[in-house]
Order: sequence, then structure tokens, then C-alpha cells
Amino acid sequence: MTVIEVLSGVLLAAGAFFVVTGAVGLVRFPDFYTRIHAVGVTDSAGAGLILLGLLLRTTEWEVGLRLLIILLFMVITSPTAAHTLAQAARRDGVPVWRAGDTRR
Amino acid sequence: MIGSHYVYWLTFALMMIGLYVVISHGNLIKKLIGLSLFQVAVFLFYISLGKVDGGTAPIITEGTQTYSHPLPHVLILTAIVVGVATLAVGLALVVRLFESYGSLEEDEILRRDTTDRDGVAS
Amino acid sequence: MTAFVLVNISLFAILGATALAITRMRALYEATMLTALFSLVTGSLFVLLDAVDVAFTEAAVGVGISTVLLLGVLSLTRSREAVTPRRRRLPAALVVLFAGGALGYAAQDLPPFGSATTPVRDHPVTETYLVQSQQDMGIPNTVTSVLASYRGLDTLGELVVVFTAGVTVLLLLGPLTRRNHPVKKDLVLADYRVLRVVSGVLMPFILLFALYVLFHGDYGAGGGFQAGVIFASGFVLYGLVFGLDRVQQVLPQAVLWVLIPLGLLLFMGLGVATVLLGGSFLDYDTLRPDDTAAGQRLGILLVETAIGLTVATVMTSVFFSFTGRGASR
Repeated sequence: MTVIEVLSGVLLAAGAFFVVTGAVGLVRFPDFYTRIHAVGVTDSAGAGLILLGLLLRTTEWEVGLRLLIILLFMVITSPTAAHTLAQAARRDGVPVWRAGDTRR
Repeated sequence: MIGSHYVYWLTFALMMIGLYVVISHGNLIKKLIGLSLFQVAVFLFYISLGKVDGGTAPIITEGTQTYSHPLPHVLILTAIVVGVATLAVGLALVVRLFESYGSLEEDEILRRDTTDRDGVAS
Repeated sequence: MTAFVLVNISLFAILGATALAITRMRALYEATMLTALFSLVTGSLFVLLDAVDVAFTEAAVGVGISTVLLLGVLSLTRSREAVTPRRRRLPAALVVLFAGGALGYAAQDLPPFGSATTPVRDHPVTETYLVQSQQDMGIPNTVTSVLASYRGLDTLGELVVVFTAGVTVLLLLGPLTRRNHPVKKDLVLADYRVLRVVSGVLMPFILLFALYVLFHGDYGAGGGFQAGVIFASGFVLYGLVFGLDRVQQVLPQAVLWVLIPLGLLLFMGLGVATVLLGGSFLDYDTLRPDDTAAGQRLGILLVETAIGLTVATVMTSVFFSFTGRGASR
């Protein structure tokens, strides 16, 4: 096993970890805004680290270029989606959870 | 037996969930959703019949000998697009029905049809 | 138990859970989003089962177009389902149990999953598709060569169905049946500045990607059907964000009405041309008698373009019909 393979494995594992934490957050967090925060982690840290880990394993530059393009579009689109969802919820008047409130 | 046929049984289970939605639910949009679940399960069944152990996608490359069968892929690829086109027709009919009857529930629409015919209420 | 089986079973478990949640859910917006999730997971399963072209189509169609259509209809109608009465549930459960039992019993006669010696595999046509196609046309992606050449007539039939469905939706909801009510000025997504800027930036890339998928279908996953759907989703995104009026300035209804039959006519015209050149219907060898493989590639390219044209315009005008209906209510 080379250094690159170990590094890629670590990145993939970290990415998988962030995806799982995002899922746990989606179930456990009390209101809409905190849940969106959790899901944002899945898209940015989770998918981003997995793509970086895969990038270290590629041998052909064409595949690497495609992974980089995917990464670029994920970086553009996923914050946009999260931002728009949160802004739409605010415009609709979804209340923000405060400590002591019940789960919604 | 279980090891070699489990995929078929799992696709049948999904198909039956879709069929249950189509039969039991009265809401027309829900029926269409159930129909598309059923349809996707049928697609999965077709594709699983083309899979070969140790095969790869049927794109010919150097150094690969085993490929999954391309024919189910071709059939299902076109069927997916035809499926969404027919879904659009179904949805258009639903919209027209809602505009005429003001309801999406099958029972409600049927009741209004029968009362109209008897001249009880129109 | 191999990793392949494990991943398969977990994906099927997610699919089953999603399907059960859809049956129980009475809020139809949520059910629609879960249907999109169902399609996405199915796409992953298709990749596992080596059907990359199918996975591509399912992801573009199931997650993109059909979700948007369902949401559009929900905004036109009612998004809450009535409670399903018990008298409807019992017969449905009986039918499902009986049919599922019959299917499961019959499945015992199917060849084992993944077997290399099934009747489908042993048929000589497999050899034609996987080996002979490399001499006939020299296209690595056998799905494309089967779709556009070996079974071109079949694909023509499918395209006719898509065309007919598109025309039906136009007749049911289209501008011809539009009622003239004052247009309700609704909140448009273009009020969100971030969304407006990002979708404006992404729009050319989506269309470029659609072209790449169309012309790269010979070598990798992709082809006319996927490209058409991606084209349409680009225009759907633009219409969702900037409103129907803006997108119809870019792509007027009249242009769509010309383009919808044009793709189909191109496909059929190619068939007629090959007959006139002395071959059989859709026999692309006659296009270049000196170099039949090049003729095949030319024919496949034309057919994929025709498919892309009709699918893209049908999907876009279906979306226009649904949203136009909402604007005129």
C-alpha cells in the first residue's frame, strides 16, 4: 500500500463519516434550519471528501478531470440549494427553534 | 435458491407495493405515483435479467471479456422516457378532471357522475 | 456474502422503506419528493447492475422531469389525499398477496441471477451485438449501436409514442384550450438573487453537457434520449427560476411546434432515404456504400440527433403546458 492509497482511504472514510453525521443530524435536530445545516455537511464535506479521495485513486487524467468538474459543480450548486431552501422557509415564516422548545 | 434468486424477489416486492398503491388509493395523483413505483420495479427486474456475474457495462474496452447483455438496457432506456411521457398524459388528464369536478378522489368523482345522470343534483 | 450482494440488499432495503413511506404518506408534496429519492436510489442500483445508460436516463428523468411535472400538477390541484377507507385496503391487499405469491412461485423457473448461460445470453444475437458490432460500425458503446441501428425500427416506434404523448398533453392543456383569466402575479424564484445568478451561470453548462452527452454516446454512457431530457431540464430550470414569459422569449412556442415533428420526420426521412438508396428501411450501409462502417456511424449520429430533438422539445412543451395552465387560472 502506498502513501497515496492510505491518504485516499482516510479521505473516503472521513467523507463517509460526514455523510453519516448529516443523516443523523437530519433525524435528530429539532427544527428546519438546524436540519438544513446538517444536510449541508453531507453535500459539502461528505461528497467533497469522497470525490477528493477518488481523485487520488485515478490513473487516467480524463477521469480525474471529470471528478474535478463534478466537484466544482457540487461546490456551486449545493450551497445554492441550501441557501434557497432556508430563505424560502424564512419568507414563509417558519419559526426558529430556541432552547427549551419542543421538536418540530 | 435464495442466494441466486433474491434480486427477483426483491423487485417483485417493490412491484407489489406499487400495485397496492394503484388499487387501494383513491387519489388519482397517488395512483400515478404508485404506477411509477410499479414501473421502476419492472425496469429493475428487466435489468437484473441482463446482469452477468463479473461482467461490466456493455461498452467494449480492451482487456475485458465479460459484458452484461445490452438488449435489456436498450429496451428499458427507451421505456423510461416513454414512461415519463405517458405520466405527463396521465397528469394532464388529472388536471382536466380536477378543473371539471373540483376533486382528485376517485370516489368523489364517481359519485358526482352518478348523481348527475339520475338528475338528483346537477 | 460478497460486498456486491450486501450493497444490493441495502439499496433494495432503502427502496422498500421509501416505497412503504410513500404508500403511508397523505401529504402529496412529500410523497413526490420521496418518489424522486426512489428514482435516485434505483439509478444507483442500475449502475451496480452494469446498466450505466439506463442509470443515466433514470437519474435525469425520474429525479428531474417527472418530479417537476408532479410538483406542477400539485400546485394546480390539491396536495392533500383523503384517508383511504378500510373497504378499499382489504381487496387490494388480497390481490397483491395473490399476485406477489404467483410471481414469486414462477420466479423459481428463472435462471439464477448473474448466470452466464441464460437463454438470453446463449442466443446468437448476443454475439452480434457484442462482437460483430465492432466490425459493423466500430462503436464501443453497444447500447448505442443496438438502440440506433440493430433495433432502429423499435426506437422509431418508441419515439412515435413520445411524440403522441406530447401532442396529447398539448391538446389537453396547451394554448389551444387556454382560458383567458387575468394572470395571477405569483412569487417567482428569480426574487432570490443567489438562485438567479447561479442558475444563469449554470444554464450554458447544462446545454453544453447535453450536447456532450448527445455526441459522446458512441463512446460512453449517453445518447439522444438522455441528451434530450438534459436539454429539457435546462429549459425547465430557466422557466422555474425566471418565469414562463422569459423562457418563452428564448424558446417561443411556435419554434417548439416546428421542432417536435422535425425530429420524428428526420428519423423517418432517413429510413425512406435508405430505401431510395436501394437498401432496406433504416439500413445505414447504403449511406456510404464504399465504407459501410462510416455509413453506420453517420446514420446513428443522425438518428440520435433526431431522438434528442424530439425528446427535448416534447418534454419542454409539456412543462410549458403545465405551467402555462397555472398562469392562466
